Amino acid sequence: MDTVLNLLRRSTLTRHTAGALAALAALYFLTTAVGPYRDLQIAQVGYLTCAVAGLTVLTGLGGQISLGHGAFMAVGAYTAALVIGHWGWPLAAVLAAAAGVTAVAGVLVGAVAARLHGPYLAGATLAFAVGLPGLANYAPLTDLLGGQNGLTLLPPVPPESLGATFPLERWQAWISCLGAVITLFLLANLTRGRFGRTLRASRDDEIAAALSGVRVARLRIAATVVSAACAGLGGGLLAVVATLAAPGAFPLTLSLQLIAAIIIGGLGSLAGAVWGALILVYVPTWASDLSSSSGLSHNIASNLPLAVYGLVLIVVTLAFPRGLQGGLRGIGGAVRRRAHVRRDRAPGPRGSASTDTSGPTTTHPGGADEATADQGARRDDRGEPGDRGERLRR
Amino acid sequence: MKRLRTRALAVMTAASLAIAASGCGGDGGDGGSAAPGVTATTVTIGSHQPLTGPAAPGYSANSAASKAFFDYVNANGGVNGRKIVYKYVDDAYNPTQTVSVTQKLVLQDKVFAIFNGLGTPTHSKVVDYLNAQRVPDLFVASGCGCWDEPRKHPQTFGWQVDYIREGKILGDHIKKTFAGKKVAYFFQNDDFGQDGVKGLDKYIPKADVVSRQSYQPGSTDIGAQAQAIAQSKADVVVLFSIPTYTALFRLAALKLNYKPTFVVSNVGSDPITLTGLLESFAKKGGAEVKGSPLIQGMITDGYLAAPGDASNSWTQLFKKIHAQYIPKLPFNGNIVYGMSVAYTFVQALQAAGKDPTRKGLVEALEKSHFTGPGVVPFAYSKESHAGYTGAVIGKIQGENVVPEGQPLTTDDGDGPIQPYTAPQPQAPANGIPAAG
Repeated sequence: MDTVLNLLRRSTLTRHTAGALAALAALYFLTTAVGPYRDLQIAQVGYLTCAVAGLTVLTGLGGQISLGHGAFMAVGAYTAALVIGHWGWPLAAVLAAAAGVTAVAGVLVGAVAARLHGPYLAGATLAFAVGLPGLANYAPLTDLLGGQNGLTLLPPVPPESLGATFPLERWQAWISCLGAVITLFLLANLTRGRFGRTLRASRDDEIAAALSGVRVARLRIAATVVSAACAGLGGGLLAVVATLAAPGAFPLTLSLQLIAAIIIGGLGSLAGAVWGALILVYVPTWASDLSSSSGLSHNIASNLPLAVYGLVLIVVTLAFPRGLQGGLRGIGGAVRRRAHVRRDRAPGPRGSASTDTSGPTTTHPGGADEATADQGARRDDRGEPGDRGERLRR
Repeated sequence: MKRLRTRALAVMTAASLAIAASGCGGDGGDGGSAAPGVTATTVTIGSHQPLTGPAAPGYSANSAASKAFFDYVNANGGVNGRKIVYKYVDDAYNPTQTVSVTQKLVLQDKVFAIFNGLGTPTHSKVVDYLNAQRVPDLFVASGCGCWDEPRKHPQTFGWQVDYIREGKILGDHIKKTFAGKKVAYFFQNDDFGQDGVKGLDKYIPKADVVSRQSYQPGSTDIGAQAQAIAQSKADVVVLFSIPTYTALFRLAALKLNYKPTFVVSNVGSDPITLTGLLESFAKKGGAEVKGSPLIQGMITDGYLAAPGDASNSWTQLFKKIHAQYIPKLPFNGNIVYGMSVAYTFVQALQAAGKDPTRKGLVEALEKSHFTGPGVVPFAYSKESHAGYTGAVIGKIQGENVVPEGQPLTTDDGDGPIQPYTAPQPQAPANGIPAAG
């Protein structure tokens, strides 16, 4: 039994490695094919993906709602800015420091959060999101943190081996995308294993999980730490891409947008995190292009992007109640069911996994490496009663 | 199984790529012309402006006024046959957004120049970027001394009088008029306010300054600062603040029944904007307040035509354009500002010649001797990229700032303050600067 499990686990790792390499190759071709502005947008998708994926683990798999992830990003961004500004470390070390320091912040928040549920937890993390960026304006810290002006970073210089005319924006996109792919790769491995399984178990039924030996509080702290580290890395990448860490980049709306992104993308699915990040970057851009070309009076035109953004959120949520990833999976599943009626009827989690169109980064409540067929989880995969939104509300 | 998943991943990546790539259409070439943003019939320029957010009250009218002036010039044939396309985008006075919208203007919209980007904390985050990209960065809408660094930032030019010069002129006035009185400062805690304080401190004796309070734009709670200044019992309060915070401080002083003499920097003292802000803030707080009586007698300074001065040829010209293009906006100092700076840009574009290039534009400006709506001359030369060199002290009376005494010029160092005697030039009859 053990050897079978081991084999499976190892194959998961190979699968994820192959997926990550394929994604890197695709991103390489994409970033070299497009212009500098598109590269910047790709970089934005990259750092948002880190933060959204981290939140997916905490909220989608752990069932813990955090309205404070914007503040975790702020911690990462300021850490990166301070480390570059004062010590001038190499970029990889800077980003590692951003993730590390934010992870420590995650321990503190997680220790509080582990004792709270639902609205109480939302309230506590909300206070974190509102209060923390305000620290920059706290008089004794303004010299260190630059107040409302924030801290300016030197843009990362592309290595000379890439040639003298290598565009800065492409280099930023590479850094950001590499961060996102590594984050997704690590999270995919983590959530497929024991950690993800126990996390889902404690989300679905805390008491049952505790009875079967899961130490729920410790697990939740761990989830918060992992999630915070991802957000911190995202924040550090944001600082490197925007060459700026300022409180204006981390308003409460950022935290809310991250929550919106995991819901739109598909709660609990890492592939959904990518969709969510894409929407976060592209919908406001399209909306503002739309409003600036509409010839409306500037009072209306300048507020229109928000309205359009809200509208898109409503439409997506109505059309795909389980998020874009859930919707795609549903469509893919329907197509496949029609093609292989028999095969689809075959029992067992491997069968259900094959209906998945999302690639290796997707996580199921049952987990593809689960040894036994879990009826509840399988029903969930098909979008029948007991889906994740409902579980969260319990 | 493995293969299936890899294939699935490839499909998903391809889909994301398709999303990212759609809309790449805007990245086309520059139409065969020598300079980005310049075609045979158009010149496209861009700007970041606070159309929403804390600085929007008042300042959101600037860009509309500039646009109206460009529309007027375009309707009269444009500059060398080219129409000016003015793209201004909202950055909400948030530096992070300034960075992203400016990158968009430069990389995607491929503007010829950035014109009148508004705000010290915001624009200072894109100055290095614009200079690295060699984009002319003309007439920053901020009097920070940081735009006047031709060696470090050869592409960047200021326009309005800088805050150090303004602080010196206001400080000198306070020293002479209120000798021996207690003075308090209320300033924005960034380059804007700090530069102003630098200028003030050159003239006001240190011992006279009993309180120095600052605010951060974004947080609208300034109760503690107002309390501290009121408790210091200062006779004169100098405000280096944007209009929103001038109004907030004025209301806080009213609440505390504190009645000092107010001296307000030019950017935070437009009477019509302040009246509107005072009334709307009071209303939000549940009180009925008449705004206008609260600002009467405030001392400030100016360097352009006064909006209420009907005999001034510039005011007449701008009123005419205002009535034709943007009649719904109130005619105030922001409108005069936006049209005046647009006027200077038209002059600069004319000076750049028949086939403008980015380099030619910057060189032409360094050689220029423009005269226009200002009461004092510009400082533009190879050695200086600062804008107007001084201002005239004035007092708010009714809806106007009424000048008192002569325009004064000075430098941003320790140079003396000197009266400037040449009269303000007349506006051209057709409203378009004479070519050359």
